[in-house]
Amino acid sequence: MENNGLPKKNPLSLQLDLSKFSQESFAPATDEEKRQQDVMSKSTTFFRDGMRKLFKNPLAVISLILLAAILLTIIIAPMVVPYSYEEILSVNGKRDKGAKNLAPFTYSQMEQKYIDQGGERFPHIFGTDEQCRDYFIRVVYATRISLFIGFFASIIVLIIGMLYGSISGYMGGRADLIMMRVVDVIYSLPDMLMIILLQVVLNERLQFPAGSFLSRMGTSMVSLFIVFGLLYWVGMARLIRGQILSIKENEYVLAARSIGAKPGRIIRKHIIPNCLSVIVISSALQIPSATFTESFLSFVGIGVKAPMPSLGSLANAAREGLQSYPYKLVFPAIVICLIVLSLNLLGDGLRDAFDPKLKR
Amino acid sequence: MGKYIIKRVLLAVLTVFVICAITFFLMHAVPGGPFNREKALSEATVAALNARYNLDKPLGEQFLLYLRNLLHGDFGVSLKNGREIKAIIGESFPISARLGISAMLVALVLGTVLGSTAALMRNRLPDRLIVFFSTLFTAVPSFILATMLLLIFCIELQWVPVWSATSHNYLLPVIALSAYPMAYITRLSKTSMLDALSQDYIRTARAKGVSKFKMIFKHALRNSLIPVITYAGPQIAYIITGSMVIETIFTVGGLGSKFVSAITNRDYTLIMATTIFLAALMVAANLICDLLYKLVDPRIKYD
Amino acid sequence: MSECLLSVQDLHTSFFTDAGEVQAVNGVSFDLNPGEILGIVGESGSGKSVTAYSIMQILAGTGRITGGRILFKGQDLSKWSEKQMQGFRGKNCSMIFQDPMTSLNPVFTIGDQMREAVVLHTDRRGAAADARVKELLELVGINEPEKRMKQYPFEHSGGMRQRVMIAMALACEPDILIADEPTTALDVTIQAQILELMQSLQKKMGMAVILVTHDLGVIADMCDNIIVMYGGRICERGTAREIFYNPKHEYTKGLLRSIPNVNNMKKKLVPIAGTPINMLNLPKGCAFCPRCDSAMKICLAQVPEEIMISEDHKASCWMNVRAAYEEVIGK
Repeated sequence: MENNGLPKKNPLSLQLDLSKFSQESFAPATDEEKRQQDVMSKSTTFFRDGMRKLFKNPLAVISLILLAAILLTIIIAPMVVPYSYEEILSVNGKRDKGAKNLAPFTYSQMEQKYIDQGGERFPHIFGTDEQCRDYFIRVVYATRISLFIGFFASIIVLIIGMLYGSISGYMGGRADLIMMRVVDVIYSLPDMLMIILLQVVLNERLQFPAGSFLSRMGTSMVSLFIVFGLLYWVGMARLIRGQILSIKENEYVLAARSIGAKPGRIIRKHIIPNCLSVIVISSALQIPSATFTESFLSFVGIGVKAPMPSLGSLANAAREGLQSYPYKLVFPAIVICLIVLSLNLLGDGLRDAFDPKLKR
Repeated sequence: MGKYIIKRVLLAVLTVFVICAITFFLMHAVPGGPFNREKALSEATVAALNARYNLDKPLGEQFLLYLRNLLHGDFGVSLKNGREIKAIIGESFPISARLGISAMLVALVLGTVLGSTAALMRNRLPDRLIVFFSTLFTAVPSFILATMLLLIFCIELQWVPVWSATSHNYLLPVIALSAYPMAYITRLSKTSMLDALSQDYIRTARAKGVSKFKMIFKHALRNSLIPVITYAGPQIAYIITGSMVIETIFTVGGLGSKFVSAITNRDYTLIMATTIFLAALMVAANLICDLLYKLVDPRIKYD
Repeated sequence: MSECLLSVQDLHTSFFTDAGEVQAVNGVSFDLNPGEILGIVGESGSGKSVTAYSIMQILAGTGRITGGRILFKGQDLSKWSEKQMQGFRGKNCSMIFQDPMTSLNPVFTIGDQMREAVVLHTDRRGAAADARVKELLELVGINEPEKRMKQYPFEHSGGMRQRVMIAMALACEPDILIADEPTTALDVTIQAQILELMQSLQKKMGMAVILVTHDLGVIADMCDNIIVMYGGRICERGTAREIFYNPKHEYTKGLLRSIPNVNNMKKKLVPIAGTPINMLNLPKGCAFCPRCDSAMKICLAQVPEEIMISEDHKASCWMNVRAAYEEVIGK
């Protein structure tokens, strides 16, 4: 007799205590009840997931805080500190020659007299330099300039690199081959040497109409940007091209094309979002390296020109008289290290959080 | 494999040629040209310059003649002191070479060891310490480090003698120069070691009963070294450029510091020659590293 | 029981990740006898591979055995030291993996890697070891073994590499061979060859085999006994014949239903509805419940107990209990 497949020899009734069950237990479960069982993890978008990971990373958070603090300082400081970066200190209109190389938070004799007479004098937080200028404000301005250069250099690199790389990647074929050969040659040029050369030449050559925005920046800064624009975009171009090539091959692009999506739409909706994380990360890491390069050049003397301060040139100037006034080196040194360190850590954190290729 | 070598060598030669061209024409783009012709020079000097450098010929021809001279070892004459550049390079380069090679070896060896250690003791104290210091040192520019080392150890504590013509103390310069590459290589080899350790073939080795030690030092290490070797090329470039400032700060009389003073003095002939020399060095180093890398990874042997 | 080679008892294995504890294996028990071919079948994420890795104790970083015992010839493996496990792996129990492309070290020759397996667990050295390697390569059907030994993995095809993996695994004549999806990464024609090879080697050398796969066809061909896993638990176990012709668990039935029948092209494919379970949050009751057409209220509330259908067939499904219940009630 067909017994639901259960052999008579081992009836279920002997294995289990069937009195435990009731008719109710065997009633069918509704869809709603089943859905409740199926606990799925919260769905998030890629962005939200990445941000969550980023903020869980203590180093990244510290870097963000540090960078925010530095940014705040350099924005607020000029409003609070009454000195300007090129101002040679004077008391009551008279040049204060005794205000040379003051230690932090000290005053010169002239200033002291002025205070004793009831005047107010903002403290020299970092002291003064050999040209009787307030050092704190100079460091603040130097930081502004270094960050400004780093940031805009990254943008230039980003734009040129992205344009070049995406055109090359999307076009493919012969055009891509030639464009990449050019990149190869530029890539194999020793960048530092080329930069130095270009800087030397451009410094001599560039002339701007007086009073224009460019002339206020100074030839050395403009030449810095030109030099970055000429040489540093190749890394980004390669990266973007690689991304585009791999995405082009991906199935979802094929799928989009097969339902008739136009190339522009494909680029916008599929390619760019996937590149985005790579672009952001690479740009974030570009800023500290640009800052590095700029301080190196300024240190050697072909970066930003006096009286505009740069962290590199301040460090260089501190070398003379290093023994007597070590603080003149310490302050810009610490600022450079903090900026580069926090940008690096932030870039690393971004990469850990957003790079889809990293196996977790 | 042979085709690959030839291709790379040709590319290298092309690159050096491009560098020579760029350098030459850039130097001549400076107002007054590299020989400061805008300054008032005596007739005899002008005549001598013209004769030596073929200045009366068209620029293109000058370039070719310059190249020919280079290949014959004639690097020209320093504008500042009239010395043969060949001699200047000859006496200053060995010092730079010694400094650079020491720094590179220190960075490579210590970096690999530290990085592998960090990978092996992941998330334990040695790892955290190593990561901390290597992250720190990738952020400190070499010239800052050098100046601080000079300040602390030479001037304040006087533990290390300052470099002089008679006493060549390489300790601090090597430390300053190798700090960044070592930190970078540490992080790189840690990542590549971790990557190698997560590969399937490590799982196979483990399933075979291979001991942890052998697994790391035999199976993973060789694979993890490959990315480090590829970095050796850029590392050499960094050391060459880094040596410029290090030598200047420690007043080491190497080629790098000569280059820096040439820039300050606008000694264009010296700048030109040194640039080409150093650039050729970098290109050659990159080439050797490329070839070395292909040798180490047997997968690429048959290209 | 004394002749049982391997006895897994109530094994629990978890991975402790950033997102929480992933309970990959939840109370798995089975016995393996000498010379037996056991198949473990299930979807990705069912815990079948993790079970195998737990036996060899080669779990990835965050994985740990959190409960149960693994008895090999009476001794509890889960309590062994790393050194003891190293003596066990490759010698008493070997494993071959899914992807032969990545499972061999690219910078060492085939000969090097095989020699390592021989040298690790036997006394052979030098020429004797080489001779053994040659012997093994011939055993798995690789011709020109001397030449092959000097070559690198990338110079060989997928099928060849898997043969090398098998040869390496059998170097020390282990008692147990665990094969984790050995043919999944291979072409269909090569699949058949490798399976045939494994069968003939098993007959020749008599080792027990644990074959882990999601491919029902592979299982049907080779295995004496089958275990069906889902959600880290065993749904059903029995001889191949019982499982295929008399499935007693809804999941098994679903699996068998979803095999395309080449003879009946008109029939619509019947997949199992829903998606595989999220191992971070195991439900209170039967793991398969949310996807089961016949789900009942008791399935939601309690994990099914294992019922013996016949002497060599057990299932963990409340449907069987209901059948018996209804019979008793007299419906």
